[in-house]
Amino acid sequence: MENYNLNYLKELEAESIFVIREVAAQFEKPALLFSGGKDSILLAHLSRKAFHPAKIPFPLIHIDTGHNFPETLTYRDDLIKELGVKLIVGSVQDSIDSGKVKEETGFDASRNMLQTVTLLDTLEEYKIDAAMGGARRDEEKARAKERFFSHRDEFGQWDPKNQRPELWNIFNGKKNPGEHFRVFPISNWTEMDVWNYIHMENLKMPVIYFTHQRLCIQRNGSILAHSEYLNLRDTEIPEMLQVRFRTIGDMTCTGAVLSEANSLEDIIKEVSVSRQTERGTRADDKRSESAMEDRKKEGYF
Amino acid sequence: MIDYKNNELLRFTTAGSVDDGKSTLIGRMLYDSKSIFEDQLEAVKKSSEYKGLDYVDLSLLTDGLKAEREQSITIDVAYRYFSTPRRKFIIADTPGHIQYTRNMVTGASTANLAVILVDARHGIVEQTCRHSLIASLLKISHIVLCINKMDLVDYSKEVYEKIVEDYKKFASKLEVKDIHFIPISALMGDNVVDRSENMDWYEGSTLLYLLENVHIASDNNHIDCRFPVQYVIRPQSDLNHDYRGYAGRVASGVFKPGDEISVLPSGFTSRIKSIDTYEGPVHEAFAPMSVTLRLEDDIDISRGDMIVRVNNQPETGQDIDVIVCWLSNQPMNPAAKYILMHTTKEVKAIIKELNYKFDINTLHRLENDKEMKMNDIARLRLRTTQPLFYDSYERNRNTGSLILIDEATKVTVAAGMII
Repeated sequence: MENYNLNYLKELEAESIFVIREVAAQFEKPALLFSGGKDSILLAHLSRKAFHPAKIPFPLIHIDTGHNFPETLTYRDDLIKELGVKLIVGSVQDSIDSGKVKEETGFDASRNMLQTVTLLDTLEEYKIDAAMGGARRDEEKARAKERFFSHRDEFGQWDPKNQRPELWNIFNGKKNPGEHFRVFPISNWTEMDVWNYIHMENLKMPVIYFTHQRLCIQRNGSILAHSEYLNLRDTEIPEMLQVRFRTIGDMTCTGAVLSEANSLEDIIKEVSVSRQTERGTRADDKRSESAMEDRKKEGYF
Repeated sequence: MIDYKNNELLRFTTAGSVDDGKSTLIGRMLYDSKSIFEDQLEAVKKSSEYKGLDYVDLSLLTDGLKAEREQSITIDVAYRYFSTPRRKFIIADTPGHIQYTRNMVTGASTANLAVILVDARHGIVEQTCRHSLIASLLKISHIVLCINKMDLVDYSKEVYEKIVEDYKKFASKLEVKDIHFIPISALMGDNVVDRSENMDWYEGSTLLYLLENVHIASDNNHIDCRFPVQYVIRPQSDLNHDYRGYAGRVASGVFKPGDEISVLPSGFTSRIKSIDTYEGPVHEAFAPMSVTLRLEDDIDISRGDMIVRVNNQPETGQDIDVIVCWLSNQPMNPAAKYILMHTTKEVKAIIKELNYKFDINTLHRLENDKEMKMNDIARLRLRTTQPLFYDSYERNRNTGSLILIDEATKVTVAAGMII
């Protein structure tokens, strides 16, 4: 008898492609939230596979905090051109300018929290009924209970006590007017799976995932990139370090790790022996024990 | 580096009563397989100290939401991940409370295997039977009964054997092909990842070894060819002007180019011209692959249709007999119309008849109780507005499962397994 086994990366891929196609089939105006990080790059790649040889039938949305790594924007624009899809940019600066949100002040000021408002406004402006994101259940305990199809009420909020049961491979995308969905096609992938897959597929990644020299400061156990957006204390003096990033987000709260990893193989080796979770470098998660749960309830992605 | 290309994926669910040590067992597996990161362990150590414990409480690793910690209970199915050089594992961790049958059903729906925990001091209890019956109803092929807390019964062989005996008697009523028994102590680590030095009388494998080696390749149906059409791909670009592909995930069976196929419900026949993927055409497609089929003939096909082999067709009908688990806190309304989702098809359905409910602890039939409330399991007859193309759940999980959705709230209210 023949061997009808898929290796686990191919099985994860098949599951994610199924979910992405369900979104395109069940919703009128879906979109893909693209941050420029490896998870959203993976999501864009899987979307391309799902509809090949046609183009991806939905736009990419980038919530721009204005505090991006320049390398992220370059990568984003190249990818958009390659995929031939529409890009929608939601600007946190616009939300600040219009008075909808107030910029945080102080040393730990970050626009991470403000993103939620801009995200919800952007979804509303474009009448997006399903926003796909690259969140994974292994990232954080509040995400371990997340559904593939996550229902949000008309205020964009998540109610952890009232989630729809999700059985087999049947995804209920039904909603009432004003409500929308967040969909997480790579829910079942771990950080290791993502890197192994990127390696298997030989995907091009933003350069800041690989080792480079950078002016950084060390704060609360995190290494932060020195930039014009970061308010320095008198005692903090930027130093040149050999680093790379394990996650990519807003410059003010994405921590770097000391690393010499220069290739995908190096990164996989590094991640497989790493004793810190990748979100361990995120200052935004360290604000409190339920930082993620609280932000998700508000409508954070 | 791990050679991930040969690794398989095993999905399993864990069940046990509230204090059977399920969280500790999962924490132990994550910890001993080195899937726990330093910062996670650090947080757990701190919490253990804060609570005045003199050991690291691994169960805190699976601690969930703030809402749950406040009530000290688990509300919902949580998914956990770990891998070994042999396999990647997805655990659907389901809470043990009596009222959470619906969570166990949810967790079991995607699992190949169920780990059921028993407290060695208490033996088989009502919940053990309930969890086993649900695993059996959901057609999980493998059950592993872990007799936990062996350290509290002096690692006694007699205690273990008595429980195994009791369970075997009970399990003769179940339809589970493959049952294993392992004496463990999740707290001490006996027979979880490392072989116990306290139970030299036990000659079987450790839990992790079993999870790594249990044969799961035959859990998928590779006989009956079923391809529910999910999405029609029409690029309409200059390069692919006439391309018309049917995207979907193979539910079961093996499809090959040249196969003679029939399309339901139209009944038109054609042949498979090619099976496309992003990497190019492939010479076969089987469950659970996501592919795109192209046919020799131009036939009108849309989402919800099913491509099958001419000489092996599913049942077609509008009167569907199902075992249903009610998931909503709104009881079933016998007069209501529900939305029914089955494969990629969506129809309306009414409840024609509630035949009988199950006593989920004994599987006895309750003929006179006609009220369907949350966590109830019953046999129903449904009438659908359009025909479904289905197989029995026993034969085919993908074409034998369905959900019911409330028309007003749009919430999933029931899970159904076709008889």
